[in-house]
Amino acid sequence: MDFLTLIQVLDSTVRLATPLLLACLAGLFSERAGIFDIGLEGKMLMAAFFSAAVAATTGNVWLGLLAGIASSLVLSGLHGLASITFRGNQLISGVAINFLAAGMTVLIAQDWFQQGGRTPSLFSGGRFEPLSLPFADALADVPVLGPIYSELLSGHSVLVYLAFLAVPATAWILFGTRFGLRLRAVGENPAAVDTAGVSVVGLRYAAVMICGLLCGIAGAYLATALQAGFVKDMTAGRGFIALAALIFAKWRPWHALGACLLFGLLQAVALRFQNIEIGNFVIPVQMMDALPYILTVVILAGFVGKAVPPKAGGEPYVKER
Amino acid sequence: MDKMPKWADVVLIPLISLVLAAILSALVILGIGEDPIAAVKLMVSGALGSTYGWGYTLYYATNFLFTGLAVSVAFHARLFNIGGEGQAMLGGLGVALVCLYIPWPHWSLALIFASLGAALFGAAWAAIPAYLQAKRGSHIVITTIMFNFIAAAVLNYVLVNLLRPEGSMDPATARFAEAVHLPSLHELLAPIGIEFSKAAPANVSFLVALAACVAVWLLIWRTKLGYEIRAYGNSEYGALYAGISPVKITMIAMLISGGLAGMMATNNVMGEAERLVLNSTEGAGFIGIAVALMGRSHPFGVFLAAILFGFLYQGGAELALWTSIPRELIVVIQALVILFTGALDNMVRGPLERIFLALRRGKA
Repeated sequence: MDFLTLIQVLDSTVRLATPLLLACLAGLFSERAGIFDIGLEGKMLMAAFFSAAVAATTGNVWLGLLAGIASSLVLSGLHGLASITFRGNQLISGVAINFLAAGMTVLIAQDWFQQGGRTPSLFSGGRFEPLSLPFADALADVPVLGPIYSELLSGHSVLVYLAFLAVPATAWILFGTRFGLRLRAVGENPAAVDTAGVSVVGLRYAAVMICGLLCGIAGAYLATALQAGFVKDMTAGRGFIALAALIFAKWRPWHALGACLLFGLLQAVALRFQNIEIGNFVIPVQMMDALPYILTVVILAGFVGKAVPPKAGGEPYVKER
Repeated sequence: MDKMPKWADVVLIPLISLVLAAILSALVILGIGEDPIAAVKLMVSGALGSTYGWGYTLYYATNFLFTGLAVSVAFHARLFNIGGEGQAMLGGLGVALVCLYIPWPHWSLALIFASLGAALFGAAWAAIPAYLQAKRGSHIVITTIMFNFIAAAVLNYVLVNLLRPEGSMDPATARFAEAVHLPSLHELLAPIGIEFSKAAPANVSFLVALAACVAVWLLIWRTKLGYEIRAYGNSEYGALYAGISPVKITMIAMLISGGLAGMMATNNVMGEAERLVLNSTEGAGFIGIAVALMGRSHPFGVFLAAILFGFLYQGGAELALWTSIPRELIVVIQALVILFTGALDNMVRGPLERIFLALRRGKA
């Protein structure tokens, strides 16, 4: 593999890792606060549709982004209602949200645009354009460092940079602020937080809403930056890969970045090389597709370090216990 | 003393949840500018108005019976098996291998062994998450989700690289031999003088599914094993104290669950397509979740819910054919059913319990 190919693969790694990273951090906030969320996929999908739909109608991608975030927040609210207020089963609620998004997006898309469940293609103004970092063109010819700067680091949409900035931001919020301390505490021992006079319900709703916000950005990125418009089921399991990355990262922000880049790389390689030959042995493309899931199962089984989820995860908090 | 009579818990709550889901679905149909009443009429006439419609409704219901029972059995042991889809996919592989490589003299023999093959493959696919949950404490929900994706990749690989007949571009197996063709309801009912549509895919697997319902009922409520499964599901510590092995129950419940999900393939692979194609399950594994939730994990409830979802599926197909309402309406209805009967259960239960308490106080 020559240098330029490597740069291109890494470039698409960054692109493909971005939605995973945003969704993974979204899950991180929610699960650290004790709310399991297997509805990441659904929220991303819903946001992808509404961002594309609004961007297509108004021609303004920022309005699209806002609409995507709003729709994702609505689903987050639903998840909060089911799993916090009514103390329902968080997993079942997540499953329902995934189906709701899968159905509603196509239903509304068909009603609004009559294009078989997709939005019209987005043109400039309706899409997030790649940003060119300063001097990217001038430095492109410098050997080795030039391509790295101009191809790999420059030329992404603003949401990519936002996603990568979200990693230190998340680490700071969770481990450097009082809010973060309480949020983590509510996922480990909600009764203690309650005893301290801090609202468990309030904190959990806050976490679920941050989750919705990040999923919203992730979905908008898919439909308005990575691709130009919404197509049916366009998240294609990314929510679940993000969930896998979250387990892989053992619910820690910087590790989440590593896990998402790894899974992004796997996707980029699978996209570019269909079957990979190593000597006489051929790794089929299906193996590459399944690798994130297989890795997660292996991690979950504790064969490569034990992934211990937040203690109170998945349990509704009942005050009078 | 219970806050509510049992009939309210078993009948009233699911019914109210269902009504709420129906009302919201109607609002969704209104929202996309269609007439909900006309839509329901079209669905009823399309799914139940002819033996052709019934044939499709029962065909879909057969799929949902198997996957619904699969989710139910695991539920009794408080295991949430989201892997029905993957298990059913692998079950299809079991059916295909049995049907392709053994020259069966008669369909009945083939059906028995295809069912075994399907159950074996489905159970094997459920065995790994079950083992990991029982022995290594990995969360069964996450592992079964992952196994759905892995199953899709495995099936894709097998169909593209191993089972695809020479010269075919289609990622699918060859057609099964004529001898393993399962009789449709038309062929079953014609000798006793009942006219049934020839074109509908409902077949003898429906009867197998009904038998599976009875078998699951017997298992759960009439055997020691069933008692142990329910005891474990109610209280893990209580069961442990009673000498019930969590590892054993987790494994057995998941093996049965995976086997049932796998057996779905006798209907869609052997009974309908007569070859294994990609995505042969068409999401039936996931609908099993809604069916089990609505049926309260009781085989009779699962039966009713499976028929209802069969009706929705076939009705939805008719809607998509005759109106501009896409088939995805069914996915929305399914989501609402799961939401109300599964996740928002307490929203209905709370007020209802208060009503019953007030009534009781009024009498006393």
